[in-house]
Amino acid sequence: MKIRHIALPAAALLLAGAAHAVEFKQVDAARSSLAFTSKQMGVPVPGSFKKFTAQLAFDPAKPTAASTVLEIDLASIDAGSKDANDEVVGKQWFNVKAFPTAKFVSTGVKALGGNRFEAVGKMTIKGQTRDITAPFTFKQDGANGVFDGGFVLKRMDFNIGEGPWSDVSAVANEIEIKFHVVAAPAAAAKK
Amino acid sequence: MNQPTARYTGPAIAAHWLIAILILAAFPLGLYMHGLPLSPNKLKLYSYHKWIGMTVLLLFVPRILWRLTHRPPAPLPMPAWQHKIAEGTHHLLYLLMFLVPLSGWLMSSAKGFQVVYFGVLPIPDLIGKDKELGELLEEMHEVLSWSLISLVGLHLAGALKHHVIDKDSTLRRMLPFGK
Repeated sequence: MKIRHIALPAAALLLAGAAHAVEFKQVDAARSSLAFTSKQMGVPVPGSFKKFTAQLAFDPAKPTAASTVLEIDLASIDAGSKDANDEVVGKQWFNVKAFPTAKFVSTGVKALGGNRFEAVGKMTIKGQTRDITAPFTFKQDGANGVFDGGFVLKRMDFNIGEGPWSDVSAVANEIEIKFHVVAAPAAAAKK
Repeated sequence: MNQPTARYTGPAIAAHWLIAILILAAFPLGLYMHGLPLSPNKLKLYSYHKWIGMTVLLLFVPRILWRLTHRPPAPLPMPAWQHKIAEGTHHLLYLLMFLVPLSGWLMSSAKGFQVVYFGVLPIPDLIGKDKELGELLEEMHEVLSWSLISLVGLHLAGALKHHVIDKDSTLRRMLPFGK
């Protein structure tokens, strides 16, 4: 009895993994990351957001049914130095007091062939909403699904860096965003 | 006083004045930009400062090679202690015009802000990002820069003393268009 209790779901899980695609839903925040690179006077400066939550539903067999909602805690930014961190939460940049989070809501996902996909959706930062297209790759790592992708965000589309900071010769308009998301399959083998 | 003087060679004169101008531009710029609040202007000034410094480092290589392969004109008559000070100053100036930009380059790398020459040519990071090392290098860069500018002052005072008081050709033989 005891053994069957454990063995059955385990076997079902294995079967589910082997036989047909699984829907990946539970984002492992500790192993996921959201990084960006800005260019300051031509110098690539790496940064990241330490806190974000992601809701995800992705079945590689049915990508068009996939969806994601990503919410980023903008105050968790690490822009490379203390000076920069203090600056970018301020009014001219993210204005985190008024706009604490950025949000991405997918409107569609399509397969590009192989393990490549493309998510389109609405990105809202600082009260501005823009369409974003983010190509990504998907691969399975054990039971988990691993998503790697990125896109170029134009900071001026969202008024990130106003006043003197709107000078894109000092800080380039194009910010390279890279995400790495690790997600576990939806609760065991119910499906 | 009107005897023909042995002059420095053309390349030695060119390198001397070019590097002098660059040092005299980089030092006050460094002093000024350091205290500025973060702004696009500050980012620009830091970059200009670094580009000037890298140029000094770049010019230093052919300059020192030229110096090692071309004897400078013999020193003019002066008391031995003055000659010693002049020679010591020259050696330290060479050392510092190398160490000051080098420490700035290393500091940039340690602070995670690579030097990209003229905004287009990335200069490799010799060391990785390291906050504490960055702060140490910042202090070194500051001390070395002040040492360099002090020696430049001493060097200049010596040159003027020879020119104005001794009325010899020490300075003239280094001037670009002199005879």
